[in-house]
Amino acid sequence: MTDTSLLQIFEHDGITNVEFVESNILDEMCIRRIGDEIASVIDRKGLPKIVLNFDNVSALSSSALGMLITLNTKVGDKKGSLILACIKGPIADVFRITKLDKAFTICDSMAEALSSLR
Amino acid sequence: MSAQNQQPEHTQHCLLGTREDFDSIQRVILSAMERLDFGEDALFAVRISLEEGLANALLHGHQGDEEKEIEVNWYCDAVAVGCEIVDKGRGYDPESIPDPTADENLTLPSGRGLAMIRAFMDEVTVNEQGNRVIMKRYKARLASS
Repeated sequence: MTDTSLLQIFEHDGITNVEFVESNILDEMCIRRIGDEIASVIDRKGLPKIVLNFDNVSALSSSALGMLITLNTKVGDKKGSLILACIKGPIADVFRITKLDKAFTICDSMAEALSSLR
Repeated sequence: MSAQNQQPEHTQHCLLGTREDFDSIQRVILSAMERLDFGEDALFAVRISLEEGLANALLHGHQGDEEKEIEVNWYCDAVAVGCEIVDKGRGYDPESIPDPTADENLTLPSGRGLAMIRAFMDEVTVNEQGNRVIMKRYKARLASS
């Protein structure tokens, strides 16, 4: 596996926008790398405001959900905000089935997510 | 040839617990489903369920040991796709896993794999020992599912 980042991270107006490069978030090693990379962003921020853009994601495992829960807790510990955006189709089913749509702040679009953080 | 006239596919594989082997068996089964005109919903459901079943076998059954073999038996016909995943571990009691959808457990980072399989597949059985999961998804899912 290469050291190429599995994420694209953009900063604007104090908000961190994270896009997934890999469309299948299934592999344990990938999930660990993604989790570590976002956790390091959270660690660097006093008050993290982070949007995870799922527009490019087509498959998600329970391990990936666990990683997102861990990140959400980490952000919550710093009184920050973590928003999941652009979750659609079968990925939305994964969140609905696991009832994690109740545990996360989810926005239909990036515009809605950014607006709610400003 | 119409999907109804095609012969059912049924085969057995022994995998290692590697990403390559997991991807390979998923490609084989999903390709069989595509040849039999299963829809996108079923393809996604089976893909996720295979991923969860194989991950459970590797991480919980074999404690992450990729060298231990995982047995996968599967079939696919015009009515349904079925898959059995067997690991060589000591197994576990699925009833001992807290309900991950209960409000008080929503922040637990693990324990959702079997729940996802049960939600995405139509029939799921775990043997008493807890090292064998059998799952089935019908091509035409009941509206209530």
